[in-house]
Amino acid sequence: MDRILFGDNQFFAVNHISDEKSRAQAIRFKDDNAIIKTLDYAIDAGIDTFMCTTHDRIANICDHIRKNPVKYKDFKIYPCMPYAHKYANAVTELGYVDTLKQYIPGNLFTTLLKGGKAVLSKDFIAIMELLIDAEMKMFKGINTPVIWLQNVITDLLLGLGMKDILLGFYHYVNKKYDAEAGFITMNMPKLLAVLEEGGVENPIICTSINKVGFRMSGGIEVYEETLRTKKLRVVAMQVLAGGAIPSKEAIEYVCNLPNIESILFGASSKAHINDTVANINHFDQLIKI
Amino acid sequence: MLKVALIGAGKMGISHLSILGAHPKVKVVGVCDTSKMVTDILGKYSPFPCYSDHKKMILETRPDAVFVAVPTKHHASLVKELLEQKIHVFVEKPFCLTPHQGEPLIELAKKHKLVNQVGYHNKFNGTFQELKRLLDANSLGKIFHFQGESYGPVVVKKQSYTWRSDPEEGGGCLLEYASHVIDLINYTLAPITSVSGSILKPIYSNKVEDAVYSLLKLSDDLTGVLSVNWSDDTYRIMSTTITVMGTKGKIVSDANELKVYFKDDNTPEGYTKGWNIKYVTDLTDKVDFYLRGEEYSSQIDYFVKAVLGEVPNTINTFQTAWLTDKAIDLIKKSAK
Repeated sequence: MDRILFGDNQFFAVNHISDEKSRAQAIRFKDDNAIIKTLDYAIDAGIDTFMCTTHDRIANICDHIRKNPVKYKDFKIYPCMPYAHKYANAVTELGYVDTLKQYIPGNLFTTLLKGGKAVLSKDFIAIMELLIDAEMKMFKGINTPVIWLQNVITDLLLGLGMKDILLGFYHYVNKKYDAEAGFITMNMPKLLAVLEEGGVENPIICTSINKVGFRMSGGIEVYEETLRTKKLRVVAMQVLAGGAIPSKEAIEYVCNLPNIESILFGASSKAHINDTVANINHFDQLIKI
Repeated sequence: MLKVALIGAGKMGISHLSILGAHPKVKVVGVCDTSKMVTDILGKYSPFPCYSDHKKMILETRPDAVFVAVPTKHHASLVKELLEQKIHVFVEKPFCLTPHQGEPLIELAKKHKLVNQVGYHNKFNGTFQELKRLLDANSLGKIFHFQGESYGPVVVKKQSYTWRSDPEEGGGCLLEYASHVIDLINYTLAPITSVSGSILKPIYSNKVEDAVYSLLKLSDDLTGVLSVNWSDDTYRIMSTTITVMGTKGKIVSDANELKVYFKDDNTPEGYTKGWNIKYVTDLTDKVDFYLRGEEYSSQIDYFVKAVLGEVPNTINTFQTAWLTDKAIDLIKKSAK
């Protein structure tokens, strides 16, 4: 994985500290061109990986990338699935069965239903595989070396003790997409234990890592201890703790931790992107010396 | 280990179940749902024993506490049944369909000395907790106006039938959505005691309202406005805001950000004259397991601790949730 990954929260009005900023972002990134322009700033700053949720609008970004193969020759996308609100809203409106019907391609769903609803419940892993395929459709022809399970699903399954589904995601992504599976989580030490027990070696985990311990469930000490003593490849997210820590200080902390392979961040402005990249490069250099 | 069971594994139930499953002091002894698909999947892939009949589950598993997350219509009868068997109860919001249904349950819980809690999770949110702390300390001087608002994209087009679109089942924006902000007004300011007028407006729904606008009066004579709309797709997710205006300043709080304005230097500790911005990141308590917001984990942890006798059972009790049911009833009546 590259050292710096560019995130997409700012494009889809996801803001963990301000509802007001979230609405301002929705206005700013109304047009896909605004997203593309910001992505290009990131590329100019030397970032080649875009980690994004499988939001409907990402399909348009993928179209743009496919239409400009030369420009995006080295560009990679790390899809994070699913866009949970899409399913949550559908479940509220339609219930579980009709939601599956909506998102699983027509014929396949009919095939599954032939055995009655029992088939649905008896082989949930097969259902999950169909849902992964549906989510991956928009990325056809694009380099997606790591495919992620979103934290709300990872952590839901973790709490429910549904280890086989987590492992099912890991194995299917490996097999079908020749990609590595990554897990986003707010409960890194707990998840690592489950993945290790399931035989996943050196798993890729994206999780909150920041100086103030924000969204580091169980406490910052357990996280630091895990990073020091265990085998895992971490993508650090929420390094600024939603803006609570000044950028330099935040990045210095993360750059000094072991086992952090990549740093994920999102930003709307060119200046902010350049500034963050420069900070990461600066502290990485210092450590090498 | 506290033996806990869940009745209703829908969207809220499954979230509670995951948090309970990860809780170090809880053993989930049973999950009950009427959907065979849900119990089949949980039965096969999770470690929890599954049931389709809650009576059978209670009889076989003898839980210390039960989480109830079924459509509101069934709350009253289920909760009564559980209390009569001396089981501690956590029930999803709103408490009951009417204040009439909920009243005897308060007495019943008291009689059997049972812990009782309702799922108004905003009270466990750091910014709203700070709002309450500032108001309890009278930091705004004489308060003359408040505004409680909630907007979000729940019903943004004509929909097929669900229990949320059926008034008989407890559907509609007032019970399902506005209840959150009504409960916060009751908690942070004072209980709503009269409603001078309300508009309950259907937008996409046929049988229920999608927006609620009300003029409220509280037990301390403070007046204010309620404005809630669950058909507003300019919001990505639910956004709840409480604004309070006083002679010494103003507070605007949502679940992520607290903005406080003080007119002069006479401010509480940690605040200065003019605008002060605090974020939930600074105000929120850490949790051991995070699923979808610290407040969801914290409210469950609080309930578990209350049952274990480690904290008093004072936040989100049946009594306070009943006051919210009562305010909902006043709003309904004032709209006729």
